[in-house]
Amino acid sequence: MRLKITHETSYSYDTPVEALVQSLRLTPSSHEGQRVGDWRITVAGGQRGAAFRDGAGDWIEGWTVRGPIDLVSVTIDGLVETRDTAGVLRGHRESVNPMVYLRQTAVTKPDDALRDLAKSIQGQDALDLAHKLCAAIGDTIEYMPGVTQSQTSAAQAMEQRQGVCQDHAHALIACARLRGMPARYVSGYLHSSMDGKPHDAAHAWAEIHVGPLGWVGFDAANACCPDERYVRLGSGYDAQDAAPVRGMAFGIGTESMDVRVHVEEVQQ
Amino acid sequence: MYYNEMLDGGQVRAPYAMLSDWVETMPSEIRQMKQAEAEALFRRIGITFAVYGEGGDPDRLIPFDMMPRVFLQSEWRKLERGIKQRARALNAFLRDVYGRGEIVRAGRIPAQLVYQNEAYEKAVVGIVPPRGVFSHIVGIDIVRTGRDEFFVLEDNCRTPSGVSYMLENREIMMRMFPGLFRNNRIEPVDQYSELLRRTLASVAPAKCEGAPTIVILTPGHFNSAYYEHSFLANLMGVELVEGSDLFVDGGFVYMRTTQGPKRVDVIYRRIDDPFLDPLCFRKDSMLGVPGLMDVYRSGGVSIASAPGAGVADDKAVYTFVPEMIRFYLGEEPLLQNVQTWTLWKDDDYKYVMENLADLVVKEVHGSGGYGMLIGPKATKAEIEDFALRIKANPGNYIAQPTLALSTSPTFVEEGVAPRHVDLRPYCLCGDRVELVPGGLTRVALREGSLVVNSSQGGGVKDTWVLSE
Repeated sequence: MRLKITHETSYSYDTPVEALVQSLRLTPSSHEGQRVGDWRITVAGGQRGAAFRDGAGDWIEGWTVRGPIDLVSVTIDGLVETRDTAGVLRGHRESVNPMVYLRQTAVTKPDDALRDLAKSIQGQDALDLAHKLCAAIGDTIEYMPGVTQSQTSAAQAMEQRQGVCQDHAHALIACARLRGMPARYVSGYLHSSMDGKPHDAAHAWAEIHVGPLGWVGFDAANACCPDERYVRLGSGYDAQDAAPVRGMAFGIGTESMDVRVHVEEVQQ
Repeated sequence: MYYNEMLDGGQVRAPYAMLSDWVETMPSEIRQMKQAEAEALFRRIGITFAVYGEGGDPDRLIPFDMMPRVFLQSEWRKLERGIKQRARALNAFLRDVYGRGEIVRAGRIPAQLVYQNEAYEKAVVGIVPPRGVFSHIVGIDIVRTGRDEFFVLEDNCRTPSGVSYMLENREIMMRMFPGLFRNNRIEPVDQYSELLRRTLASVAPAKCEGAPTIVILTPGHFNSAYYEHSFLANLMGVELVEGSDLFVDGGFVYMRTTQGPKRVDVIYRRIDDPFLDPLCFRKDSMLGVPGLMDVYRSGGVSIASAPGAGVADDKAVYTFVPEMIRFYLGEEPLLQNVQTWTLWKDDDYKYVMENLADLVVKEVHGSGGYGMLIGPKATKAEIEDFALRIKANPGNYIAQPTLALSTSPTFVEEGVAPRHVDLRPYCLCGDRVELVPGGLTRVALREGSLVVNSSQGGGVKDTWVLSE
């Protein structure tokens, strides 16, 4: 699929701030499942500073904007050619040892419910186990926007039995790690017009390291593995660590944010 | 049974001969007067912080013992070679585990000890800092058990503190007893600050233009080692800054000055990894510099020690340092490790649980003499209590034999008596690996005590290395 992505985030401040510093994980990298064509990040009035590929294979850019600032927009315009690899991440250049992703973080820290669920699933092999864990999380946590927040932990989402893709990913990651499988959080985009299901174009899922296959994506929210509708941006221990945008404004102004993401299929 | 550094077979050893006369001829009134003078000097300069971040009352004065601890030149040379060897191997290990991980692939150290270590920083993977140095100041804690027996107790690769004591102890001794320094040929240590400055300058990033600008980054005046931060900044002639004094603009870090922003090339940070940059680590950190890690990772600034350097110095990784020396340097270790049982191994666990009364048990990530069991000094109840804690999480503990720490003559109420000591030298790694002849000697002031931590009745001494 040839996907055109437009992603615009605007930050506005009721009192102008002195400066803004951002670390952007907003550039997909090319691998067997996706080939990145034109890709442009624009930060209005901003200066691009540090730019590098990190050990996990993600392209990171540091941007700074000098104030006074009352409005900043970060715009992505890009084209990605995707194909279905049944969720397997192949040809992605990275050097972090998968074992590093066995550690739990504050939001993936399991409680008894997650432990029970992780323990209750049996698989014929690691891949089968990962599929079954993914299905179990999808069955347990109902997709329901608005009931959880960005800081909601996997344990809290389990308790409420409702959440969004972030909660599904966190819960699946927690269970995979409990079963000794390295797991990580992936942020990206999803082209979703064809199945009519209610999900965001900005999406997140989990990757689980299954033996010889390496990293394989699992989207518990949609009960599937990422295919040609998915564009992978970057990864981390959890949502915060994998966040496409991490930033800080210097000033007393209160920030409000507006995000628009659009993913459409374009012809050759 | 304990090696007495002053008396060997009833004879006063050569390095202490002069001091022995000095003590015998010193009237006790003079001694008391001098001791009061030393204390007043320490108070006046304000050096009252806890050594090695042990916590406790930050304004408490650490007792200073006027009796120096003395090494012969020949003894020091041996130590020095062993310390440098160790510092080289630790840096080679850090380069390796943030690179290809050859030592793990070769099966010489268990993968989980490295990659599941909480001090291992994913954000640093793939980075080769200038000159390949991750730990620029390596503090190596050494104990002596015999005339030629020295053991390394632990390594400190992050930001070892206490060096200001080494410098101040000397300064005060020279001020109070100039005669001692005229009549003994004692190697100087006051070049430390210049060597530190040179070391930091030598690891400036390739993007640095002209003479590198160095700063010391402190968490602030409420930190127990703040005195040391400002002391070192003063001696080196560099700025002491807090996170809010620095900012990122474009691909570089700048310091706010009265003349406008000034680009910073090397940051000697005295704050822990999780607080360095809220955009990379803990997002609630108010101590760090937002965006710093992106600049660091793209080669715009150097950080000493590198984030993630702590993976080389926990008590479990410690047991593999001799292996690192063989693997990376192709040499045999010159300084020995203390025999260590790691409790996640079944055999070791069994042995330790059966012999708790004879062993010292420590937490893998603990420091400052807290969270440890000293078997021979513990009551039966304390041992039983500790055994329960070990059972709950064996992987969190290591055990070592109780070491027969050497004694050094120390002033006590009744005159001079032997007290147990250890030593922390500070090895600097940049374009060269070097250290000043000396270090910080800690002394257990309580009779019979083997715990030198200042939080538990320890004091400090000046440490002499005699010239040839």
